Amino acid sequence: MISLRHITIQAGSFNLRDLSMEIPTGSHTALMGRTGSGKTTLLEGICGLRSIRSGSIWIGDREVTNLPPGQRGIGLVPQDGALFDHLTVRQHLEFALEVRGWALERRETRSQELAEWLGLTSLMDRLPAGMSGGERQRVALGRALAFHPPVLCLDEPLSALDDQTRGEIVAVLTEIRNRTGITILHITHNRSEAERLADRILHLRDGRLES
Amino acid sequence: MSPRSDTPSSPSIDESRRGLDLGSDRRFLAALILLGGTYVSLLLAMVAADLFYTTPGHLWHALGSPEIRYAIRLSLLSCTLTTLLSLWVAVPIGYLMARFEFPGRAFLDALLDIPIVLPPLVIGLSLLILFQTAPLRALETVFPVTYAVPSVILAQFMVACAFAVRTLRTTFAQINPRQEQVAMTLGCNRAQAFWRVVLPAARPGILTAATLAWARALGEFGPILVFSGATRMKTEVLPTTVFLELSVGRLEAAVAVSLLMMGSAVVALLLVRTWSGTGLAGVSSLRNG
Repeated sequence: MISLRHITIQAGSFNLRDLSMEIPTGSHTALMGRTGSGKTTLLEGICGLRSIRSGSIWIGDREVTNLPPGQRGIGLVPQDGALFDHLTVRQHLEFALEVRGWALERRETRSQELAEWLGLTSLMDRLPAGMSGGERQRVALGRALAFHPPVLCLDEPLSALDDQTRGEIVAVLTEIRNRTGITILHITHNRSEAERLADRILHLRDGRLES
Repeated sequence: MSPRSDTPSSPSIDESRRGLDLGSDRRFLAALILLGGTYVSLLLAMVAADLFYTTPGHLWHALGSPEIRYAIRLSLLSCTLTTLLSLWVAVPIGYLMARFEFPGRAFLDALLDIPIVLPPLVIGLSLLILFQTAPLRALETVFPVTYAVPSVILAQFMVACAFAVRTLRTTFAQINPRQEQVAMTLGCNRAQAFWRVVLPAARPGILTAATLAWARALGEFGPILVFSGATRMKTEVLPTTVFLELSVGRLEAAVAVSLLMMGSAVVALLLVRTWSGTGLAGVSSLRNG
């Protein structure tokens, strides 16, 4: 479970004040709101990429408020994928594992497993340049899931995709949830996308959360 | 100090560049070509005049002169050291300026541009005055700088580094900060994210900055004349040679050395074009996600 307890985040002149919410383990929660409502700011706060002024953040029974991003157990998939242009798909899938000191054999096994699952086996030695939007998002998902994080944060992962590719990624996200039981927090401004994927929809309005 | 979150949004150069369409815009395009062509023609005429003035024999004779060979060796050594020193400083400054907000940032920004806007002669004069202060005069008793080879490197560095800083600041600003943030969620600390993600992405920009710093250092003359003097076989770099050869009326040798420098500058600028082209392509693909 992700638990936010009375958190306040300041981003320039913009404020999120006294926000509290609980996201049950294994759920897919969509967080909706207009552009500029603070969705991404909140996500950055949860991921540890933006400091919070007060309150606490818990993942399971562990308080992560002051932990660095890499120790929170959160996989992040940004809107544009933010792939590393100098790394191949294989290196993307093994990135977190290498940083975390996994042995080569274990890394290879895990990256192969993810590649087969996400349909990336034929792309393993490719660089991101020239890959389609759907391929890039599948690589970004594989990179985020490689180290078995208990939480997956998605920041509008479908907004830059065409209809057909969006359908593909929706199927991949559904399978990820079914296979791993991971807790998903999914930021979107698309209602049909939220209704199709999420079992809970929250709205961020004027710095406040509403169900 | 807080991270900056601005991301690039302007269209790439490739997208905004258009082929010439000689239709209804013919007169307008002709005017543009005429006006721009004047400058380009003058540049080409200058190079052609130098080429026709000298002969392979002059060039060969110049290259055989011990003074000019010394100047070539010192220029290569000092420009290379200046480039390495410039990158050593410009990478951290460029990254800090591109990514973080901190008190005094606007002042630092202006300060870093001083070597670009000031006449190079003034940089040399300021260095000379700086080395007249008590602590640096004490330093010079054990490690001579003024009117010695280190002064050549320092004078080149003070000017060339400013250009490297500008280039790298733009380079780092164009790299999507989300990449670093994702790397941090994957287990990197900020330093690891910098080494594993930002520096490789900045490689074309670093090569461009290095080449610009090298080319700029090669052509530096004003601060060297003031701070290092123009002593043959001691603080003589290629621009000094041109000056000295001119001052004794050996125009052929001066032109030969000028052509040598021009050739080096053209090669350096072609490398910059190649590397910055690669860099922009990389940045463009980052933008497209």
